[in-house]
Amino acid sequence: MGRAQLMESTARDFNDNVDHALADPNLQDSLAKLKVGFSERRRQAAERLPEFEVLRDRARDIKNHALANLDFYLEEFERKVLALGGHVHWAPTAADARRIIGELCQSMGARTVAKSKSMVAEEIALNEHLEELGIAPIETDLGEYIIQLRREPPSHIIAPAVHLTKDQVADTFLEHHAKLGFTKRLTERNDLVAEARHVLRQKFLDADVGLTGANFLVAETGSSMLVTNEGNADLSNTLPRMHIVLASIEKVIPTLEDAAVLLRVLARSATGQESSAYTTLNTGPKRPGDLDGPEHYHVVILDNGRSAVLGTEMQEILRCIRCGACMNHCPVYGAIGGHAYGWVYPGPLGAVLTPQLIGVEEAGNLPNASTFCGRCESVCPVRIPLPKLMRHWREREFERHLTPTAVRQGLALWSFVARRPALYRRLTGLTNRVLALFGRAEGRYRALPLAGGWTRFRDLPAPPAGGTFHAQWKKRRP
Amino acid sequence: MSETSTTARAQILNGIRRSLRRGEITGEQRQAVEARLARPPLGPAVARARLAQPEKVALFCQWAETNNATVARVAAPDVAAEVVSFLARNNLPARAAMAPSPLLAGYDWDSQKMLSLRQGRGEANDQVSVTGAFAGIAETGTLVMASGPDHPVTLNLLPDTHIVVIRESDIVSGYEEVWTRLRERYGKNRMPRTVNTITGPSRTGDIEQAMELGAHGPRRMHIVVVRE
Repeated sequence: MGRAQLMESTARDFNDNVDHALADPNLQDSLAKLKVGFSERRRQAAERLPEFEVLRDRARDIKNHALANLDFYLEEFERKVLALGGHVHWAPTAADARRIIGELCQSMGARTVAKSKSMVAEEIALNEHLEELGIAPIETDLGEYIIQLRREPPSHIIAPAVHLTKDQVADTFLEHHAKLGFTKRLTERNDLVAEARHVLRQKFLDADVGLTGANFLVAETGSSMLVTNEGNADLSNTLPRMHIVLASIEKVIPTLEDAAVLLRVLARSATGQESSAYTTLNTGPKRPGDLDGPEHYHVVILDNGRSAVLGTEMQEILRCIRCGACMNHCPVYGAIGGHAYGWVYPGPLGAVLTPQLIGVEEAGNLPNASTFCGRCESVCPVRIPLPKLMRHWREREFERHLTPTAVRQGLALWSFVARRPALYRRLTGLTNRVLALFGRAEGRYRALPLAGGWTRFRDLPAPPAGGTFHAQWKKRRP
Repeated sequence: MSETSTTARAQILNGIRRSLRRGEITGEQRQAVEARLARPPLGPAVARARLAQPEKVALFCQWAETNNATVARVAAPDVAAEVVSFLARNNLPARAAMAPSPLLAGYDWDSQKMLSLRQGRGEANDQVSVTGAFAGIAETGTLVMASGPDHPVTLNLLPDTHIVVIRESDIVSGYEEVWTRLRERYGKNRMPRTVNTITGPSRTGDIEQAMELGAHGPRRMHIVVVRE
C-alpha cells in the first residue's frame, strides 16, 4: 500500500516534533487547560453513575462479540441498508474509498461538500483528493473548520483545535472572514462561535453533498449512528441532496440495545457529559412524504488494514470507540499535544494504531512515548490494555532492529551489568553517591549529567536518602 | 453491484474470515448470532431512571434544565398560551414554523390571536420552531425526534429557538424503552429516516474547551411538558 494514499505522516520526526511542541508557549497554555478540563469532568460523570464500571465491562464484551462476528454483522448491516433504498460500498484501501467518494460527488455534479468531522476521512486524506477533483470540502465542525482555515491537521480526535488559543482563532477568522465582510477582530468566544455559525450556515445550504463519519453502524437496523454537540453533522446529513457515510469496518455493532450501552460510556468518557447534545440514527434516504432529507444515501465501509489486525495480539485496539479519554489522561500527550505524534491519531490510541496503519518503520517512535503509567487503560471505556499493546510494538521494533543504536547499546550495557550482581551493586552504589552531589537534598534534580534532555523541561524526582535499593533491602528485610 | 465492488466486498469479508481463522459463520454459531439480533439482550439497568411515572417526569425536567434547556409544565389547554408567553418573555417575535403533526394541531392555537404559525419544514431564516417529540428520556433529559411527514428534521436544526411540546406519558426511563416504542410504531427493522436524540441546545467546546451554546443548531431550547 503506497504511503501517498494516506494522510502524510511526520511520525518519523517524532523527536523533533516533541522539541518543537515543548517550546511552543501557546500549545503549552492550551495543554494546561486540557489536563484539568476533560479529565476532571470525566471523573465527575463517572462518579454520578454508579453503574459506570459495569457498563464499561459490557461495552468491552459487546465490541468483542461484534469483532468475533464482524463479517456476519457487516453483511447484515448491508442487507438492511439496501432494503431501505440506501447503497453500501466496500473499500479495502484508502485509495478505494477516495475513488468511491470522489465518483459519488462527481455523479451529483458537486462543487462543495459539507463535511462533519471524520477521523477516517483524515486518515485517507479525503480533502486533498476532493480538492484535486475541483470539489471544495468544507469542514463544519467548529474545531475542524478552524484548522482547515489554518491548513493544519487535527491535534485531538474530539477537539481538533484544542492546541489553539482564543486569540489565535480570532486572528485566523479575521484573516479569512474579512473578505466576507467581517472586518472586526473578535475577542469573545461567543462572538467567534456566532461568526462561524453565520459563515457556515450559508455553506450548508449551498452544499451538494454531505459527508459524515459514524460512531457506530447498527447491524440490526442498517442505521449509522453519529454523536456530536454542535448539530453540524445533522445539517450535513439533512440539507444536501446526497448523504455519504464513511466508516471503518470495526464500527459495526449488533443492535440498538448495544448502542445504548456504548452511548452511556462514550460521552461520559469523552467530555464528561451525561449525553452529547445530538445523537442521531440515519437509515437510508428521504422517505415518501418526507419534507426534507437527502435523496441519496451511501455508506462507504473502509478496511485499510484493519481486518489484518483481527486474530492478532493487537486485536483489542479495534474495540476503540474514539472517545479520546486515553489522550486526555496521558502525561505524554499532556506535555506535547497531538501534532507531535505526526499522524491522524495521537495519544496512546495513536501509539498503538499508527504503527499498525502506516508501519512500524514509520511510526516506531510512538509506542516509546509512554511512561507506562497506565492511566489510559484505567479510563478506557472499552478497557483496551493500551500499555500492553504499546509494549508489543516495542518488542517488534526491537526484533526488527529498528531501535536506535544508542538505545540498543544502552540496553546491551545494562543487561551485561544486570547479569553480574557484584558489579551491579558496586556501580549502583557509586552512582548513588555521585547523585548526592547534584542536589538530592532538595528532593529533586534540576540538572544531571547525560540527562539534559530530561531536566531541560522538568526536574527528576530524587529517591530518598539511605543508599541504593539493594542496600536498603538488606537492612530492612525481616 | 459492479464487478469491482463485488471483488472489494469479497476481499474485505474474506480478509476478516482469514484473520479469524474460520469460514463464513454457519450452524450453531450462526443461530446464536441470529437469535441475539432477533432478541437483543439488555445492557445493565441504570437505577436512577427506574421510577414511577411522576418521578420519571420530574427527573426528565431536572436533567433537561441541567443541560441548558428551559422547561414549563402545563395542562393541555394552556400549551398555546405557554408558547406565546415564552416568546414574549424572551423578546422573540410571535411567529414560528410548526411541524405538521396532528397531535400538535390538537392544541388550542386559535386562542392566541397574536401568534402566526407556518406549517412545514424548517427554513434557513426561521427564528422559532415548534415540534412534538416521539419520546423523552428521563435518565439524561433527552428528547427523541422521529422524522416523517409530520416531523421534518430541519425544524430541529435550523431555527435559533426550538420549542418542543411533549406529553408526560411519552417520557420513558432510558434508550431501551425508546427502541421498543420505535419497533412497535414503525415495525422491526424499519426505522424512520432519521431519529434525532437531542439533549439541550446545540453547543461547542472547540475554543479553549469552554462551552458555548448555539454552534450550528438552536441556541435555545424550551420544553413544554403537557400534564395529563
